[in-house]
Amino acid sequence: MSTSAHSVVEPTGRTKAIAGSLVIAYALITMLPLVWIFLTALKTPPDSISYPPKIVFTPSLEGFCNLFTTRSRQTEDYIKSLPPASGTCEQIARARNMVVAGPSNYVPRFWNSVVIAFGSTFFAVALGTMAAYGFSRFRVPLADDLLFFILSTRMMPPIAVAIPIYLMYRELGLSDTKFGMILLYTAVNVSLAVWLLKGFIDEIPREYEEAAMIDGYTRLQAFRKVVLPQAATGIAATAIFCMIFAWNEYAFAVLLTSGEAQTAPPFIPIIIGEGGQDWPAVAAGTAIFLVPIVVFTVLLRKHLLRGITFGAVRK
Amino acid sequence: MAEIRVENLHKSFGEFVAVKNSSFTVASGEFFVMLGPSGCGKTTTLRMIAGLELPSSGLIRLDGDDVTQLRASARDIAFVFQLFALYPHMNVRKNIAYPLANQGVAKPEIKTRVEEAARTLRIGHLLDRSVSGLSGGDRQRVALGRAIVRNPKAFLMDEPLGALDTELREAMIAELRALHDRLGATTLYVTHDQLEAMAMADKIAVMNKGVIEQFDTPQQIYGRPATLFVADFIGSPPMNLIPCRGPLAPGATTVQVGETVAGIPAVLDGTTATDLVLGVRPEQVQLVDEGGLRGEVFGAEYLGTTQIVTLRTGAGTVRARLSSAETVTVGAPVGLAFRPEKLSLFDKATGRALRTAWTVAAETKGHRRG
Ligand SMILES: Nc1ncnc2c1ncn2[C@@H]1O[C@H](COP(=O)(O)OP(=O)(O)O)[C@@H](O)[C@H]1O
Ligand SMILES: [Mg+2]
Repeated sequence: MSTSAHSVVEPTGRTKAIAGSLVIAYALITMLPLVWIFLTALKTPPDSISYPPKIVFTPSLEGFCNLFTTRSRQTEDYIKSLPPASGTCEQIARARNMVVAGPSNYVPRFWNSVVIAFGSTFFAVALGTMAAYGFSRFRVPLADDLLFFILSTRMMPPIAVAIPIYLMYRELGLSDTKFGMILLYTAVNVSLAVWLLKGFIDEIPREYEEAAMIDGYTRLQAFRKVVLPQAATGIAATAIFCMIFAWNEYAFAVLLTSGEAQTAPPFIPIIIGEGGQDWPAVAAGTAIFLVPIVVFTVLLRKHLLRGITFGAVRK
Repeated sequence: MAEIRVENLHKSFGEFVAVKNSSFTVASGEFFVMLGPSGCGKTTTLRMIAGLELPSSGLIRLDGDDVTQLRASARDIAFVFQLFALYPHMNVRKNIAYPLANQGVAKPEIKTRVEEAARTLRIGHLLDRSVSGLSGGDRQRVALGRAIVRNPKAFLMDEPLGALDTELREAMIAELRALHDRLGATTLYVTHDQLEAMAMADKIAVMNKGVIEQFDTPQQIYGRPATLFVADFIGSPPMNLIPCRGPLAPGATTVQVGETVAGIPAVLDGTTATDLVLGVRPEQVQLVDEGGLRGEVFGAEYLGTTQIVTLRTGAGTVRARLSSAETVTVGAPVGLAFRPEKLSLFDKATGRALRTAWTVAAETKGHRRG
């Protein structure tokens, strides 16, 4: 077989096997913590801290029950005096000498995360798209300086400005409000959005809009009907990046939220404190928390891939 | 169909002047080609006429109406871009229908008009295809379809064949001209390719560095170039530009070229300039055994019925288009003579052609195609 250095050769069975096992090994290493979280979520608290760790165990819903409820400890006599337990969680609680006192705050915190992450992503992408379009198509005075300024807001870790923002938010009454958090995450993400989207919009030949404008459309119509559909890939990729940041953000959430607007990330660790080291409840909260971002990413993954390899794949 | 009149159109980008006081008229139904090297301001001129760019000064009239400040969408002009600018997220039918969809044209009428346009361009069978799978020629036809479906006042085309390969381009030249003759549409066509311009145009404006150097029929531009730039730009190989000496008295019929004297069309006004340039088309060069401008054969390029012979002379390199029947030997000494009646003379300093019996013949006769 004669092959030059540049020819693409069909990989042999052995190289395929090696590459395959490397990929599988890497996948196992990265997935192991996730698997452990899901397993822990299904363990009882004693199982979760047993040593050596248990791989095989009887699954239990105790973690999920503890996540979604608050319980209070009662005397055995009192529990015996109660009518038979009505649900699984009540049964599990009574087995540990407790009764379910009410729902926990997990659902409202989770909902806060949804509202704040989607809200800030929406605004960051919407503002970013319009700003990027403006920078891309119009002669903006000092455009380069403005773009650098926008980028410079990301040059230090956001937490470096935590104290000023904390004080500002307190003065303005924005502490612990969903609006305040949406505003903050939008501000952090919009710079990324402008830069990413400018790249995408620069790639769309302006002739497309100009053709539409000559054909009788206003600039706004041309933007909506010609530019937006073609920037869809870029918009989706940008949305994922913004979403991931807002969804996972922890430091500001701890600092600025405590009740009303608290998101899931600062809430989940608090669960530990309620009745000992409740790892299954923490794991259950984390597992559920992972679901939306995974779904969102999977839904948009084609765009994400194209977004990352932008230019190489397009046309 | 409409007349486009451009008056003293001027456009600068900061310090840089892209279009300098341009004036020309595209008559109703005319195929007008703006020809010039890359970067000379053709696209900028076209974009101003389309309304995509505002002129720094000057007027643009469409059928007499001043449209200089009007929005692109309000001018009723169609534009065909070099990159075709087809919407990749729509199929061929939607692309062609796009200009109509916004004008509140009824659905059934859109359908008939799109199909009619497609028939005209012979792309009816492609209507439901995605544009991304089309060949270059078909994409260009779709872009043309989008232009003609509107029935606009005028067509502007910016190097529409520039992205096609040579063979397809030649076919499209014929197709475009035929389409124009069928529709009778006022067309302003921009190109840097002189062959396209010569093959299609009723009128050509030759542009250089933002200035229109000559504005005339293809025959006039070729036969009577108004400036040295035009003489050098048009023709393949271009006109031989041979230095010669002034001054010339009014009525002079000869000029000193090197050690020899060449006959020329009678100079009308004469000139005091000492540096002149004699413009000789390769087909006006003859080889003579005795006398003439002495030189030797440097090389020959066989083209079928003719050949291009390159000659080294004391006055520089000269190219001659000779019959292939003539045998030339590389290195052989020869004499060159020029057929005098159609020669051009230029003032080297100003670059402008001198008025002679030959150039005036055109002014008085008027020279129009068709
Ligand atoms: N928006 C612009 N800003 C600055 N310079 C420009 C702009 N558009 C065109 N130019 C300059 O004007 C000159 C003419 O451009 P153009 O009209 O596109 O030339 P052509 O179409 O004849 O090749 C070029 O030198 C180009 O760099
Ligand atoms: Mg151009």
